[in-house]
Amino acid sequence: MAKRIDVSGLSAFYGTHKAIDDISMTVEPRSVTAFIGPSGCGKSTFLRTLNRMHEVTPGGRVEGKVLLDDENLYGAGVDPVAVRRTVGMVFQRPNPFPTMSIFDNVAAGLRLNGSFKKSELTDIVEKSLQGANLWNEVKDRLNKPGSGLSGGQQQRLCIARAIAVEPQVLLMDEPCSALDPISTLAIEDLIGELKERFTIVIVTHNMQQAARVSDRTAFFNLSAVGQPGKLIELDDTDRIFSNPSVQATEDYISGRFG
Amino acid sequence: MASTTPTQIDTAPPVAKSGRSTGRAGDKIFAGLSKGSGILLLVIMASIAAFLTYRATIALSKNEGNFLTTFDWNASANPPVFGIAVLLFGTVVSSIIAMAIAVPIAVGIALFISHYAPRKLAAPLAYVVDLLAAVPSIIYGIWGALFLVPQLNGLNLWLDEYLGWTYVFEKTQVGVARSLFTVGILLAIMILPIVTSVSREVFLQVPRMNEEAALALGATRWEVIRMSVLPFGRSGVISASMLGLGRALGETMAVATVLSPSFLISGHILNPGGGTFAQNIAAKFDEANEFGRDALIASGLVLFLLTLLVNGAARLIIARRKDFSGANA
Repeated sequence: MAKRIDVSGLSAFYGTHKAIDDISMTVEPRSVTAFIGPSGCGKSTFLRTLNRMHEVTPGGRVEGKVLLDDENLYGAGVDPVAVRRTVGMVFQRPNPFPTMSIFDNVAAGLRLNGSFKKSELTDIVEKSLQGANLWNEVKDRLNKPGSGLSGGQQQRLCIARAIAVEPQVLLMDEPCSALDPISTLAIEDLIGELKERFTIVIVTHNMQQAARVSDRTAFFNLSAVGQPGKLIELDDTDRIFSNPSVQATEDYISGRFG
Repeated sequence: MASTTPTQIDTAPPVAKSGRSTGRAGDKIFAGLSKGSGILLLVIMASIAAFLTYRATIALSKNEGNFLTTFDWNASANPPVFGIAVLLFGTVVSSIIAMAIAVPIAVGIALFISHYAPRKLAAPLAYVVDLLAAVPSIIYGIWGALFLVPQLNGLNLWLDEYLGWTYVFEKTQVGVARSLFTVGILLAIMILPIVTSVSREVFLQVPRMNEEAALALGATRWEVIRMSVLPFGRSGVISASMLGLGRALGETMAVATVLSPSFLISGHILNPGGGTFAQNIAAKFDEANEFGRDALIASGLVLFLLTLLVNGAARLIIARRKDFSGANA
C-alpha cells in the first residue's frame, strides 16, 4: 500500500524562472510529513512535482529524481497519468465534480481505472466514504450533487474520492485553508486515521496544524522574492517546534518573520 | 454564551431596503436606463407579435385551403389557397441536417482551440472561425449554388448507392443537388462559427480546479474533457446550438439562392425541391399583392412561434439538471 518517497536533487521551473532549487528528502511510508514555510517558498510547487501535476502548468518543467520505492517518477517512459493514479491529491479548495452526484464523485477514479461491477463499486464507495468519515452524513443522499454539501463535507468527499483508488501516497495542498475550525478538526482527525494506510504529505500555513498532525516537518524558505525556494530543514516535528537546528526555522515558527 | 443577552437589539443601520436606489443622481439615471432598455425590448417584441398576428388574421380569415395541411401557396388566386405544410417540413428538416452536421464539428473545433491546440495556433484558428461569421449570407448562397451544388453531385450518388436503402438517402429524381440536404450542409457551415465561438468561451470557463481534480485522479486529456469540461459546458453548448438553430431556421438569402423550390413534401432529402418559411417569403414578397403579403406574414408568424418553441425547449433541458450544472459549485 504505502510507499516511501525518495527525492534527490529536484528543481522545478516555470518557464525560465526557477521556483525550487535542488531539494532532496525522504518521506517514510505510513507517516505524515508537513511542509511549512512563507508564501512563495515553493512548498506547493514541490508537492505538485510529487505526482507530476507541476508540468500541467504551462511552462512547468522539472529536473531531478523522485523515487517511489524504487521507481523513478520522472524516468523515461513513465506515463504521468499512471503516476497520478498511484499518488492521490487533495486540493486547497474542495473541488468535487459539480456535475456529478456524491456517489459518482467517489466512483470517478475507479471508473477511470477499469470496469467494476455495480456491487463492487457500491462497496468501494461506501468504504471510501466511511474512510473519509463522511458516510453517515451522506448515505441517504448519494444521488444528490456533491456541490450541495458544506465546504468541510466537500473536502472530505474529495478525500474519499482520492482514497477510493487506493493510492500509495496522498498529497494534501493546504486542505483546510478554506474550512472553518470544526471542519478543520474533522479533517485533522481523518489524517491521523489515514496515515495507518497511506504515506501522507501535507502543505499547511497553519503551524499548529503541522504540529498536531505530522510526524515530520519540512521547513522551506527563499532568500529573497524572485529567488528559488529551498528546503531549509526536515526533522521530527517535535524537534522542529522545540529545538530546530537552523536559526531561520526558529525565527519562522516563533513568528519573527514570514 | 450561556446567559443570553436580552439587550441585544437590532442595531443595523437603516440601509436602503432590498438594495434599491439610494436616491443619488447616478443611481437614478442608471436604474432608469436599464429599466428603460428592458421595457423597450419587451415593447418591440410585443409589437412584432401584434403586427404579425394582426396581418396574419386578415389572411387566414379568407384562406380557402387548410393553413396547416395544404401543399400549395396560391394567395393571389380567387379564392386564395395556401398552406405551410411544405414550408414547415423544409425548414425543420434543413435545420435538423444543419444541426446534426454543425454541432459535433463545432464542439470538436471548440475543444481543439480551448484544450488541444498550442497557444500559437489557437488564437489564429479562433479568429478564422469567427471570420466565417462575417461572410454575408448572399455570398454563401452564391458559393453554395455555383460551387457546393456541383461538388455535391458525387456525394449524392454515393449516398444514394450505399445508403439508398434507408429511404431518406434514396435519390429518386435526377437533377442537380438543389435539395434540402444541400441547404442543410450550407446552413451547417453558416452556423458553425456562432456555435463554435460560444462553446469555446464556455469550455475556457471551466474552473481550473475542476480539471485538476480529474487530472489528479489519473485522467488522460480526453478523460479530463469527458469528466469535467463537457459536463460543465453542457448547458453552454445547448445555448450555443440554439443560437445556431435560430439562424438556421431564419436563414433566407442563402437558402433562396440554392434551393430549387417546389411545393412538395418528400422524405428523399437528396431530391431537388422543397421550401422553407424564409425562402418562400423572400421569393414571393416582391410580386405579392397586399393580401399575398398578409399570407406570407402569416407564415412568418409560424416561424416566430417555432423559434419561441425551440428556445423554450432548450431552456427546459437546461433547467432540468440545474442542480448538477456546476453553477452552484
